[in-house]
Amino acid sequence: MVKWTEEERRIIRGVWEKVDIDEIGEQLWARALIVYPWIERYFGGFGDIFTTTAILNNPKLSALGKVVLTAVDNTVKNMDNFKEMYDSLSRLHYEKIKVDPDNFRLLAECITIIIACKLKAELNPQVQATWQKFLSAVVEAMSSQYK
Amino acid sequence: MSLSAKDKDVVKAFWAKVAPKADDIGQDALSRMLVVYPQTKTYFAHWKDLSPGSAPVKKHGATVMGGVADAVGKIDDLTAGLLDLSELHAFTLRVDPANFKILAHNILVVFATKYPNDFTPEVHMAVDKFLAALARALAEKYR
Repeated sequence: MVKWTEEERRIIRGVWEKVDIDEIGEQLWARALIVYPWIERYFGGFGDIFTTTAILNNPKLSALGKVVLTAVDNTVKNMDNFKEMYDSLSRLHYEKIKVDPDNFRLLAECITIIIACKLKAELNPQVQATWQKFLSAVVEAMSSQYK
Repeated sequence: MSLSAKDKDVVKAFWAKVAPKADDIGQDALSRMLVVYPQTKTYFAHWKDLSPGSAPVKKHGATVMGGVADAVGKIDDLTAGLLDLSELHAFTLRVDPANFKILAHNILVVFATKYPNDFTPEVHMAVDKFLAALARALAEKYR
């Protein structure tokens, strides 16, 4: 497990406090699908995701965004022992959903950009560095059972 | 992933909006790159001060964004348009081209922080594609 300093924990909590899971959850998969359209391969059961308008108004995508951010919320609340939580999530994404783990990195990129839009200058270089360190740890945990 | 006509229009329109703050954007992106990806500092050992907003960072940020502005103007043929810059990076600067992706990411973050309402998913996509195409053109002469 990654080691976190007090300063890093403070920064990560500070960023996360500003995130409204409902608000950001709605935007998350829309951004991912528009910026990285090949992700569509995993969304066969989600109805119309083939135009920008459809993507921006798809309730299933909104709901899934909230699911993902709830998991991140649990991670922020359990920074020292989230490995177990991600073992089963990682296995699920590998064995059942069969997601290429590079997509975890792409989704993390979208989360960072959406947060940058929300926090603006508050996401200064140091905050960005710490936040990205946190997301990298999450991405690594999500990839851990691909073996 | 070549740029469609629509991508080019989106990039040009967004660039027109952000161009007045290009120097500031460059300085911010470079500052972030040096802090968030400390391995990039290895290319700037000759600078006195690598901290965010320092004089050398400001100056170089402006230089980099000058290159981006140039690229927007040559968006219809980036490879040909950026040949000289590619040679510079390949033979003189010898920057590992993996770093182009890193700087591009930080430019996107700065666009998001400074233009949150304009940096929609569609604009994000087109600009991401453009910066990737720019990076490819910059890497053209490497080997």
